[in-house]
Amino acid sequence: MSAPPLEIHDMTVAYHRKPVLWDIDVVVPEGRLVGIIGPNGAGKSTLIKAALGLIPLASGQVWFYGQPYARQRHRVGYVPQRESVDWDFPVTVQDVVLMGTYGALGWVRRPGARERRLAEECMETLGIQEFRHRQIRQLSGGQQQRVFLARALAQQADLYFMDEPFVGVDAQTEKTIIGLLQNLRNLGKTVLVVHHDLQTVPEYFDFIILLNMRLVAAGDMASTFTPENLQKAYGGRLTLLDQVAEAVRRGASP
Amino acid sequence: MISYSTLLVLATTTLLGAIAGVLGSFAVLRGRALVGDLLAHAALPGLCVGFLLVGRRELGAMLLGAVIAGVAAVTLMTFIARNRRTKEDAALGIVLSVFFAAGIVLLSVIQNLPTGGAKAGMEAYLYGQAAGINRTDLLVIATIAALALLVLLLFRKEFQLVTFDPEFARVQGWPVMALDLGILGLITLVTMAGLPAVGVILMAALLVIPPAAARFWTDRIGRMLLTAAIVGGGSGILGTLISAGILPIRWPGEESVASELPTGPTIILCGSAIFLLSVLFAPHRGLAAKAIQLAILRTRIAADHLLRTLYELGEQDGALDQGRSWQAIRRARRWSGAELIIAAFWARIQGWISFSGNLPRLTPQGIQQAETLVRSHRLWELYLIDRAGIAPDHVDRDADAVEHWLTGELVSALEVPLREKGEVLKAPGEVPQSPHPTMAEERKPEGGDA
Repeated sequence: MSAPPLEIHDMTVAYHRKPVLWDIDVVVPEGRLVGIIGPNGAGKSTLIKAALGLIPLASGQVWFYGQPYARQRHRVGYVPQRESVDWDFPVTVQDVVLMGTYGALGWVRRPGARERRLAEECMETLGIQEFRHRQIRQLSGGQQQRVFLARALAQQADLYFMDEPFVGVDAQTEKTIIGLLQNLRNLGKTVLVVHHDLQTVPEYFDFIILLNMRLVAAGDMASTFTPENLQKAYGGRLTLLDQVAEAVRRGASP
Repeated sequence: MISYSTLLVLATTTLLGAIAGVLGSFAVLRGRALVGDLLAHAALPGLCVGFLLVGRRELGAMLLGAVIAGVAAVTLMTFIARNRRTKEDAALGIVLSVFFAAGIVLLSVIQNLPTGGAKAGMEAYLYGQAAGINRTDLLVIATIAALALLVLLLFRKEFQLVTFDPEFARVQGWPVMALDLGILGLITLVTMAGLPAVGVILMAALLVIPPAAARFWTDRIGRMLLTAAIVGGGSGILGTLISAGILPIRWPGEESVASELPTGPTIILCGSAIFLLSVLFAPHRGLAAKAIQLAILRTRIAADHLLRTLYELGEQDGALDQGRSWQAIRRARRWSGAELIIAAFWARIQGWISFSGNLPRLTPQGIQQAETLVRSHRLWELYLIDRAGIAPDHVDRDADAVEHWLTGELVSALEVPLREKGEVLKAPGEVPQSPHPTMAEERKPEGGDA
């Protein structure tokens, strides 16, 4: 029995001593399409950034296939939020997609014919091959998002983290993306997606992680996407928790 | 004709400009254009401390001092900016001034030392003193340029990734901090090497101006680096030649004013001139190119409006290819300034209209073109009335702006639901009735025209 793709134990994350995630415990089983759901400020993006080591943990551990991230990063693909980069940067669509292959290439080696072929396939999957020589500013929001997804595909990972891939994209792109994610799942890969459109959750995902600064619930769609759980996650902010956090922060910084 | 010492200066400033342009590109693209400024200013106290410790102008010690000071300045800035009450730009301003002030104080301490000749030339680091450049300076800059080029060639992929998307780079396991420090380290070295030529205050300009100018000429990072090198090197050549009086700047018949110009500032001014030319005349991104694109666009739109006006005038009396008087055209639509003349000129070149006598009339080709336009215009109006619930007398202006952009595909998409209802459109490709009185009808004079 192999270890699950992602195990999070007792994860607590704090910004400037103010906790944004408390005591998260989640095990994500293999081959699932996972929605990370919760209201604004619930810590959805923080969860994946902390898991990937982009934000330091205040406490807790994260295991990827039973090992720390540094040992398994070649099996992990990442799609950051679209606005996290400068789209005026002088690179083409093809350049960006090729960046997905850099991890496997290692130091100094340049992408060769094999990498180019892989990038080409990834662009075709996302339907952006005709833009391959365009500078990335000259794309629509949906096309830019597809570039990021193609880059993640080029990472040839087993476990994908995607931060709000559906934000600011057209209906056609949303359909393409969800089709792609379901394909990945059907290939036995595990995909975690930060998502905030509750309406589409049951249609898109088969496993959800409901967050609101702490873990509200995690599990199969049918048993977890219930009115009670949603009420717990969305029904008013956890005011007491907020107040305690604020009191701790004030007490700790004179 | 060119003296040996001028050649020395020329080679130094050219190399310096080129390599500073390349390295500065990474700083500018990473959104850290001012870090070069910080490093250059921070270098001054470092150089001074190096001098004070060794007691003479020993290159190695002074370079080491400058590098340490640069690292200290960047660390201090990061540390101050970590406190949320001080933003990064403010932190940079503070650290830069503190280090520079310390440097000036140390300079005056050195001036008051009794060591005599050993301290000579220290103040040249402030503004640069190209005349004092010697073979060692050239050797240093050449070595540093070669080193920087080698590092960039080897790690181009890594630097590009970290500059574009540091977060993704970290997820892939690249040591982002080390790579950032690598670029900063190279920039520090080049800054040190550039101080004798252009000085602390202007060194930052050599790191920022060439990349900023280069960005106008290309959308590929490789070409941008090359262009920045050419702009930087070119500024070095031009500035040196002008300041040495070899390229004279003068009014015809008068003596050159340029024989005694300081080299560093002249180089920077040449770079700025290239930047200005880039802003104005670069293809695609330059202001002139943008203005031309806009003018072409306006002309196309005006011609479209002329075609539609002629067509709608023709609809009233059933003679689409009839010549129309300028008064009738002016009455049917409000034209601004020379818009109508330009429109007629363009439509004539395109073969959409011809002139019978002095009167413009639609050619068969023009009628076809006008039909497409009128159809787009009216289909969009009908769509707005039908789907968006906008009153028929409010849709004209909106459709006026949109008609030029509706592709065949979009027009078909607009057409289908209207045809299904079967009221306004019966056959595909048919031009529907206007849902409101056209301007040609509204402004119809009492008597006939044309």
